[in-house]
Amino acid sequence: MSVVQQEPASFAFDAESEAEIPRILARYPQGRQASAVIPLLYLAQRQMKRSTGSAWVPRVAMDAIAERLSMPPMRVYEVASFYFMFNTRPIGRYHLQVCGTTPCWLRGSDEVKRACQDATGIADYGQTSADGLFTLTEVECLGGCVNAPVLQVDDDYYEDLDYESTLRLIEALKRGERPKPGSALGRQGSAPLGGPTVLTGAED
Amino acid sequence: MAKVTVDGIEVEVPNGASVLQACEAAGKEIPRFCYHERLSVAGNCRMCLVEVEKAPKPVASCAYPVMDGMKVFTDTPMVRNARRGVMEFLLINHPLDCPICDQGGECDLQDQAMAYGRDLSRYAEGKRAVKDKYVGPLIKTVMNRCIHCTRCVRFAAEVAGVPEMGATGRGEAMEIGTYVEKALTSELSGNLIDICPVGALTSRPYAFVTRPWELAKTDSVDVLDAVGANIRVDTRGGEVLRILPRLHEEVNEEWLADRGRFSFDGLKRRRLDRPWVRQDGALRPASWAEAFQAIARALPGRRLGAIVGDTMDAEAVFALKGLMTGLGAVGLDCRQDGAKLDISRPDFYLFNTGIARIEEADALVIIGADPRREAPVLNARIRKRWSQGGFRAGVIGTARDLTYPATVLGAAPTDIAGAAAFLAGAQRPMVVLGRAALARADGAGVLAAAWELARAAGGLREDWHGFNLLHRFGGQVAPLDLGFVQGLDMAAMLAGGAEALWLLGADGFDAARIPAGAFVIYQGHHGEAAAARADVILPGAAYTEKEGSYVNTEGRVQRGRMAVPPPGEAREDWKIIRAASEVLGVPLPFDSLEELRAEMAAAHPVFARLDQGPLPGCTDDSGPAPAPVTDAPFAVPVENYWQVDPITRASETMAACAAAYLNPRPLLAAE
Repeated sequence: MSVVQQEPASFAFDAESEAEIPRILARYPQGRQASAVIPLLYLAQRQMKRSTGSAWVPRVAMDAIAERLSMPPMRVYEVASFYFMFNTRPIGRYHLQVCGTTPCWLRGSDEVKRACQDATGIADYGQTSADGLFTLTEVECLGGCVNAPVLQVDDDYYEDLDYESTLRLIEALKRGERPKPGSALGRQGSAPLGGPTVLTGAED
Repeated sequence: MAKVTVDGIEVEVPNGASVLQACEAAGKEIPRFCYHERLSVAGNCRMCLVEVEKAPKPVASCAYPVMDGMKVFTDTPMVRNARRGVMEFLLINHPLDCPICDQGGECDLQDQAMAYGRDLSRYAEGKRAVKDKYVGPLIKTVMNRCIHCTRCVRFAAEVAGVPEMGATGRGEAMEIGTYVEKALTSELSGNLIDICPVGALTSRPYAFVTRPWELAKTDSVDVLDAVGANIRVDTRGGEVLRILPRLHEEVNEEWLADRGRFSFDGLKRRRLDRPWVRQDGALRPASWAEAFQAIARALPGRRLGAIVGDTMDAEAVFALKGLMTGLGAVGLDCRQDGAKLDISRPDFYLFNTGIARIEEADALVIIGADPRREAPVLNARIRKRWSQGGFRAGVIGTARDLTYPATVLGAAPTDIAGAAAFLAGAQRPMVVLGRAALARADGAGVLAAAWELARAAGGLREDWHGFNLLHRFGGQVAPLDLGFVQGLDMAAMLAGGAEALWLLGADGFDAARIPAGAFVIYQGHHGEAAAARADVILPGAAYTEKEGSYVNTEGRVQRGRMAVPPPGEAREDWKIIRAASEVLGVPLPFDSLEELRAEMAAAHPVFARLDQGPLPGCTDDSGPAPAPVTDAPFAVPVENYWQVDPITRASETMAACAAAYLNPRPLLAAE
């Protein structure tokens, strides 16, 4: 499935999204439906991923959301363009988001970036690979500092990466596999390497 | 009330007022960019920082509420230093292009940089560059200059009611614009230019034309809609270069509709600048004396009628009425649209509630009118009332976006009576009847039905007058006040009742209706169909070129001033009529404008009440004579807001607007 590289002519929520919308709207009081703009944008982005392979929010989708929530389209554009988690342009099938904030950077995020570039052929941040599979983005702190450096692929965190493990990850993605998210070193959650050292035997 | 001490001056301001308002009450000037008294408070420019006793940091005075006993300092080293810091940040990304910026000389940023700016920049990095946006044919954007005050965003959303502008992106990438490239769909868009504190939004037609200090400024009144907005006409060397609104709280606040602001370039084109006389079937240039003699030769023995147009000053109409009475005219009419007006009482044809008192109304029914496109500034007032809550609006006629929600109550005159249920329970109900709704066969019935609706809803009381007629142009009420409706009406005159017609700026009807044998005198400023049909053309003055009184839709008499002289041999209209009366042997009893005005005020006392709003309340609720109404739906009152009269039809700017808005180019995908 090739990635759509242009604005579609129209957008309609599919059955899966439609099933989700009432659940989202129910979270907000009557008359405050506009609060649902962020969840709905996310919903639209995931639907685009399902239907076209590229997780982004085209303008027609924002218009559809504005209509659904009875708010001016401009207010939706403002929100969508404010949060970098929403892609207002098409991206590759896999969104490689390298955390470049201090803890990750100290722990070698430059190596992760280099591995991403070498494996995908992308020259720099903000670009998409020639095969349309990958888009490389630098993001700010993902909150996974304890297992730094972190690479977020779409919604999954891959942690404790270095050059080699990042290469292996991307090669696996290219093969269509989806490696298990989490620490590349086999760490359990954010426990120390080698296993928990405190609260052991708490069950006993 | 809260007692606040500002720099040692004690002032009392209402609870909930901002520190900035307290400082203004104390006569202290606070610099500001984002704060605007008619918009919501954003508090994002930080220029209005002041020091408040016991506050740990400087506070943004526009967004900080007063407290009793508060001590404010507006001119301490800390305040000055803070403002200097803010200014330095604002200037980081602001280009140093004042020499080529149209805002130069009237730029808030420029002025305040004189007070708080450094002499040179410490910022050595590259400035940010922002792509210019297209927001329509009236506004030129230079987005590098934008300081993100968001005044335009708030104006569009709050006053104009078209929430199409916004701030997209974040941080360094934040940009003001419409995201989707398109012209702003507002009839008030020109006000964005005034409201922008820097040169980011400037007037496209005025681009690189002149500098503000080179302009002569004349206070006048707009006639291109019936609001009677107060304007300032800026001229240089006998040419109108721009028109800006003036503050008048009871009429236009500080807004001006696009037609009044931008159509002045039509004053320079298709003008009648010399008399013409038809000879052997063709018009030829003539002298004033020849023109008058041609009239004097033709008039005797012909039944004479007169029709005045929609933008004429009261003085010219009064003079023409005097002349016509002297010549024994068979018909006088000022209703080119054929509106079935009843002039037996002023409140049958006025906007009796008053524009300012719209803010006191709590329910509104609009009948056959489109206030957004007939009187955008008045519509903004309705929107302002709506946004304060506790207000409902209904429409009988074609439903169009009025910038506030309106319930559709019907489409035809037969639905008017039923609207009483919608107004039931309202303390101060308003009925707004569009003039176009009267320009139909059952117009008299519509008028009576609308009055009856206002009466049935309890809107005709001694303290409240809820019946309103919305006129279309600034010159439509004065002739009614002057009783320029006598004898045969226009239809009867055109049907052969008159053999000679004096058209005073009357260009609003199909000239082909003038019967073949009729002798036509066209007195006016633009050469259109009626002038082409004329046998004698008397070149008159447009509203910027004469001293004249105009009556707006609420009956307020206001004076327009001469900003530039009429072109060529054209003259002020009352003078032309006075001169003609001499030649025609019925000299009018005034030789100066003062004498004319004294005479006019004596005959019609309303003209002595300068700048007075409508009388409050209704003392007699008996309405116009009832007449049957049909169930034919009301037509759309205004299709083309931009081109409605000879001035706007001659304007290239208005033509560009009509092209952009009526036939919009396909939307471009967002960047």
